[in-house]
Amino acid sequence: MSIVIEPAVLEEALAGGVLIGLAAAGLLLVNGRIAGISGILAGATGPQPKIWQWAFVLGLVAAGAAAAPLGRALPPALGQEPLPLLAVAGLLVGFGTRLGNGCTSGHGVCGIARLNPRSLVATCVFMLTAGLTVFVTRHLLGHG
Amino acid sequence: MRLKSVLSAFAFGLILGAGLILSGMADPDRVKAFLDVAGAWNPSLALVMCGAIAVAAPAFYLAKRRGSTMQGCGISPAGSAVVDGKLLLGAAIFGLGWGLSGLCPGPGLVLLGYGARGALVFAAAMVIGTRLAGFFAPPEGT
Repeated sequence: MSIVIEPAVLEEALAGGVLIGLAAAGLLLVNGRIAGISGILAGATGPQPKIWQWAFVLGLVAAGAAAAPLGRALPPALGQEPLPLLAVAGLLVGFGTRLGNGCTSGHGVCGIARLNPRSLVATCVFMLTAGLTVFVTRHLLGHG
Repeated sequence: MRLKSVLSAFAFGLILGAGLILSGMADPDRVKAFLDVAGAWNPSLALVMCGAIAVAAPAFYLAKRRGSTMQGCGISPAGSAVVDGKLLLGAAIFGLGWGLSGLCPGPGLVLLGYGARGALVFAAAMVIGTRLAGFFAPPEGT
């Protein structure tokens, strides 16, 4: 193994993390809601959608729509992934986050920020299986 | 009041999306490099979580003490605190999908905004997966 450190990337990672934290704090203090993206998406596409849920989802989509004109190009990696793989991954992500009641934002950020042991366990588990998946696909199967 | 909360939800979604893009969380390559501890490991994304938690934690503390939002309405209660099989299995399945694609739910939606075909496929499948989970194991409220 080797470790790659890019100072410019580290700054952006921290600054981006602060923005994510601000959004989670804002949604909590202003709207009284927890910024769990999988849960909000499930609500918005479920039988009793709320307008705020759609507004939040549209905000996320709008960030992507505004990024390209502002000079932040689409990450090239996305275009290299085969569509069937993205479909399978999407199914697993949707199914898993619903079953486990949260994703990177809900468990990984909000849950840990409020010291919820359940979220800490969930975060450790999904980081572990994600790491193992990358290990198997990259180093054992030799893919992307 | 209602319009204000819809507008604020949109604004916070926009800020969160900007954070995902800026941080590199919406770049599947960067995510896989972060998860690939055995290869050329790029730990930068650990800072995303540190930055986000450092900012969000005081807000959660404040909200717990106040018990209501700035608009005076209640704060949605925390879910169950029990670690059960559903949580473990769900998190494991989510990790599998995240590791395969380098995409978690937020970045999937953000990349949809770019009009990328791959993101459309991922997001549509994600919604179907959510529905399937609700069918097999109805959530016990949020």
